[in-house]
Amino acid sequence: MPVKYLKETPSQTAGPYVHIGTCPSAAGLNVRTQEKPNVLAAAGTAERIRIEGVVLDGSGTPVHDGMLEIWQADTKGKYNAKGFTGWGRAVADFKTGEWAFETVKPGATPYRDGRQQAPHVTLLVFARGINIHLHTRMYFPEDEAAHATDPVLAAVPPDQRHTLIARREKRGGETVYRLDIHLQGDKETVFFDF
Amino acid sequence: MTEYMRRDRRWHPPGYAPGYKSTILRSPRRALLSLEQSVGETSGPVFGHSTITDSDRDLIANYSTGGEAIGERIIVHGQVLDENARPVPNALLEIWQANAGGRYRHVKDGYVAALDPNFGGCGRCMTDENGYYSFRTIKPGPYPWRNDGSDWRPAHIHLSIFGAAFTQRLITQFYFEGDPLIPLCPIVNTIADPAAIDMLVARLDMGNTVPFDCLTWRWDIVLRGRRSTFFENRPEGN
Repeated sequence: MPVKYLKETPSQTAGPYVHIGTCPSAAGLNVRTQEKPNVLAAAGTAERIRIEGVVLDGSGTPVHDGMLEIWQADTKGKYNAKGFTGWGRAVADFKTGEWAFETVKPGATPYRDGRQQAPHVTLLVFARGINIHLHTRMYFPEDEAAHATDPVLAAVPPDQRHTLIARREKRGGETVYRLDIHLQGDKETVFFDF
Repeated sequence: MTEYMRRDRRWHPPGYAPGYKSTILRSPRRALLSLEQSVGETSGPVFGHSTITDSDRDLIANYSTGGEAIGERIIVHGQVLDENARPVPNALLEIWQANAGGRYRHVKDGYVAALDPNFGGCGRCMTDENGYYSFRTIKPGPYPWRNDGSDWRPAHIHLSIFGAAFTQRLITQFYFEGDPLIPLCPIVNTIADPAAIDMLVARLDMGNTVPFDCLTWRWDIVLRGRRSTFFENRPEGN
């Protein structure tokens, strides 16, 4: 008999009411109303950026009951840096499905073997109809040279890499990165199993 | 760098599970891309005990109305372990549930059952140094949902769990032993292995029941275990 381990507790969908436990004021509860979990960097922070998008199902319909989490390094490429939690969550708008984070662009981080990974953020998607959260990444379009040597992008089939790379635009004074996440279909986003 | 054991995807429910209709258009059709972990996967946010108050883990009284929720008073407790059976301290658990009538306090829940003015259905707690957690609430009611017309969810409580690493992230639901709706539920049945379903069933814990106050249920949680790294290149040193 092989060595035995405990089995992981199985996942179940976060369901349509995920907001009650994770972003209660979005559900309409009059509690923790001051919390803004999608703001990792306060207004006025130098180099603040916006990351936004919509999650689309296999019919192209926006997922308007989902919740996303972000996990990222600070501008120097450090996780759990002092003064920057690097974690946040955003609620998809109940009508449009639009979600957004206000944050800073992370620096490059090391791959397991010490090579550099291009700057990126981790995104998790939770929603009704998603039995176990989906794990993806967003990369920044201006880092083309770093993408060419990124060990994770190298493992992604070339014709699918674009699903992980945001579009960039200036809006007001702010740099906005947009990444639509396609759960299914021709434009299906690459999802990871780390 | 600490690494974590692979996730057993055959143990978890698959993305595409047509008995639960919402999965049909919301599941990727391509295989997940399996890769090894780096620091972004093996690290995770750190939540302090200071942000959690005792009231956070008392769903009977924490809706700040001064009154107490209606329903069967229960305590839920258990231990968070990893696959190596090591306790997971400082894990953040976020809790949400319907009220005793099966109604959620959510702007989008229109179920006919009444809202309870003294129940929000939102709580959180952290595990202690030995991985133990507990919270007090009322037992949620079952409720109907439109899957095959009128399916019914068994009584359940949702939990979101943060361990030490983002790879340990988990959102799930637990059920109450003996509920005849468990085997009928399309969401429960997205999980193939009966032994895996059994891990989501809390046990009545009469030994820890609070006399003349609360019944107690025990539900243990297992997160992904750390993997030993033998003879492997560790550029950052040990």
